[in-house]
Amino acid sequence: MTAATTPQASSTHDRIAAAVASQDVVVFMKGTPQFPMCGFSGQVVQILDHLGVPFKGINVLDDGDIRQGIKDFTNWPTIPQIFIKGEFIGGCDILREMFQSGELASTLAEKGIAA
Amino acid sequence: MSRRDRIEQALTAALHPATLDVRDESHLHVGHAGARPGGETHYRIIISARAFQGTTLVARHRLVNEALRDEFATGLHALAIAATPAN
Repeated sequence: MTAATTPQASSTHDRIAAAVASQDVVVFMKGTPQFPMCGFSGQVVQILDHLGVPFKGINVLDDGDIRQGIKDFTNWPTIPQIFIKGEFIGGCDILREMFQSGELASTLAEKGIAA
Repeated sequence: MSRRDRIEQALTAALHPATLDVRDESHLHVGHAGARPGGETHYRIIISARAFQGTTLVARHRLVNEALRDEFATGLHALAIAATPAN
């Protein structure tokens, strides 16, 4: 039996897809934007806050299905994971490199996300 | 063999890096989510390889993650990755 065919797995996938689409910038993270529970998640919050970008933080520590499901959804083994307009951007290092190069600001502007 | 050595071997085999530096930073994360008593959970990888030429950051990270699939399956928790193209 593959996980993808179980009703629970498919509903987890649907919940993640809905969450990804729920706001322009969505971060799957450990802890909340107010209280990150991991240094990498905390760095992501700092960067987005610095740019003044509104985002939705989804605490994977609250939900074991989402915690594993998001890794399957993106085929990406680590958390945090950042989505912009439904597109998977990467994790903390990628967001930071994009921030430092100016690419993050231009990507957000291109996609019409007010910072 | 330590996980650090296995990471180095796996990346060398998969990506033939021009330069590779693998550091065990597990001690910096003691007590945080994902840290385990035996360590070997958090690593920093600084790698340059021709395989990264013409690729996006996400694609480079995917190549590294893919090469370390077995390590993630056995307790590797987090990577800090700096991946640049080599000539």
